[in-house]
Amino acid sequence: MDKMIEVNDLSFSFGSGELKNTVLKDVDLTIHAGEIVIMTGPSGSGKTTFLTIIGALRQATEGNVCVIGQQLVNSSEHAKVTIRQQIGYIFQQHNLLKSLTAIQNVAMALEMHPGLTEAQRLQRSADMLCSVGLDDRLYYKPDQLSGGQRQRVSIARALVGKPKIVLADEPTASLDKHSGQDAVGVLKKLAKEAGTTILLVTHDYRILDIADRIVELEDGIIK
Amino acid sequence: MNPYNYFYFPGRLAWRQLVFDKTKLFAAICGVLFACVLVFMQLGFKDSLYNSAASAPLKMNGDLFLMHKQTEAMWRPTRFNRSELMRTLGHPDVDSAYPMYLSLAQFKNIETQTKRTLMVYGYDPDADLLAVEAIIEKRTELRLKDTALFDESSRPEFGPMRALLDAGKNSTEINDYKLKIIGLFRLGVSFAADGNVMTSDQNFLRIFADRRADQIDIGVIKIRPGSNVKKVQADLKTRLNEFVNIFTYDELVQYEKSYWENTAPIGFIFGFGTIMGLVVGMVIVYQILFTDITNHLNEFATLKAMGYKHGYFIRVVFASAFFLAILGFLPGFLMSLGLYRLAESQTFMPMPMTPHKVFTVFLFILSMCASAGLLAMRKLKAASPADMF
Ligand SMILES: Nc1ncnc2c1ncn2[C@@H]1O[C@H](COP(=O)(O)OP(=O)(O)O)[C@@H](O)[C@H]1O
Ligand SMILES: [Mg+2]
Repeated sequence: MDKMIEVNDLSFSFGSGELKNTVLKDVDLTIHAGEIVIMTGPSGSGKTTFLTIIGALRQATEGNVCVIGQQLVNSSEHAKVTIRQQIGYIFQQHNLLKSLTAIQNVAMALEMHPGLTEAQRLQRSADMLCSVGLDDRLYYKPDQLSGGQRQRVSIARALVGKPKIVLADEPTASLDKHSGQDAVGVLKKLAKEAGTTILLVTHDYRILDIADRIVELEDGIIK
Repeated sequence: MNPYNYFYFPGRLAWRQLVFDKTKLFAAICGVLFACVLVFMQLGFKDSLYNSAASAPLKMNGDLFLMHKQTEAMWRPTRFNRSELMRTLGHPDVDSAYPMYLSLAQFKNIETQTKRTLMVYGYDPDADLLAVEAIIEKRTELRLKDTALFDESSRPEFGPMRALLDAGKNSTEINDYKLKIIGLFRLGVSFAADGNVMTSDQNFLRIFADRRADQIDIGVIKIRPGSNVKKVQADLKTRLNEFVNIFTYDELVQYEKSYWENTAPIGFIFGFGTIMGLVVGMVIVYQILFTDITNHLNEFATLKAMGYKHGYFIRVVFASAFFLAILGFLPGFLMSLGLYRLAESQTFMPMPMTPHKVFTVFLFILSMCASAGLLAMRKLKAASPADMF
């Protein structure tokens, strides 16, 4: 399967009637396996909305959205849950569980994988945290970590389940230049090694260089 | 997912979330503990009330009992004519029939001379109308003029009777009538009387000069061995005047209990108190779980975005409820145990911590936590993963 994400004529609106706010208009976008695509665009242009539809978090009703071979337009809850399990997310805020240590947070992504023992889950989580350079922070809770470290835990959590696709929404927005570039650099390196497809939304121009391709969304239209 | 992990994973997450914030956990445990103690105390007082109210009827030694229909409870009987009781002797299966006299009276504390109300039982000592060993042993001495036995479980305001008797100080007054306390027995106090005195029928009539031997409070009938109580009761019912009740032993105990449960306002108060305890406990636990879910809403939404199903969060919430129930119940139980002892020492009424009570309260706390969790669950629907980005 070469085409990981295939979007045709996708339209999406919030609200209805007088208050109808059309956010996406006939969007077409195809992303192939292993590609790293960055989507940029001004604030309010619909980037987050687009990403939540690809990630099966929001229900689209018009057009075609095929992700890992699954049609997501008018899909069932079961289909959406299945797709979610095959995608790694990196949120703008790190969104780690504050009561869990770094390694426990990463292992949460593996609890849904049947057939792994607890020891294997923890081993894989520890390995992944080492890959993002946090070997000495395995047992730290989020509030004991810096912003950059938290985002790297979040990257480890997104990648540990070996997802086919990683979706990231402004992952560097809350980081300074240095830690932002660090985090994204690690993400690119690991993704290339595993052949993971990445769709990353940002308007941080300092990280555009990691992309294979850059698309721009403006007023709901891809340019 | 294997069935063990099906419950273990959400349980583990619930536990980690609970212990993460020790202050909040402590507050939550205190809430459940409070509900737990509240219910334990209400149940304890209620049971103790009913048990102690029935302590005298429980000790009654007879097969059938006559009381005036207007007698709602033993502590305030309406008198009826002794001839009514004596007529029952005409039945071939009736072996004996004895009157019992009851009255509240002022008892003078030997030490401080202050007076306080207690219950005086008067009956023929040979009839053994109360099955209390200490009374039966004193049968002969009780025949003497102006003698009485004192209930050791009476409230201490009547004086340290055992020490006083050992020191030879045994003369006191009941209703200003001088008599001697010649020994102790144990019957138990109730909400109606703070203490008890037992004396012979002859002495009773001396203490209460206005009482007459033919006006009795309770008639106690013993039937011949081998005869059928129910049948004798039915026979006698047709012969007796309609203003008397004739009870079997079980009916007498039940009659007395139901007076306290239903007729006396105190029964309503405790029933009401128990329900209030349950409701207040429920509200507390609901508040705790609801805030807990609200605080973790974005974490649940994050997990949803990662592919966790709704059912997982339901199990997390129920596990939290379960842990809170256990963590609150254990100290709540121990504290209630201490409070029971304290209440016993203050009220002089037995408050046993029965396994039945422990089980009831635990089951209640558990279902209270579960239903609070169920209510709070509606909040989970609001954890929309789309709003996490
Ligand atoms: N949950 C929502 N309900 C209604 N309107 C929304 C919602 N989320 C976003 N919007 C609107 O959709 C438009 C696009 O938002 P968004 O996709 O967040 O843009 P971006 O991520 O590019 O800044 C904005 O005008 C925003 O106000
Ligand atoms: Mg956005």
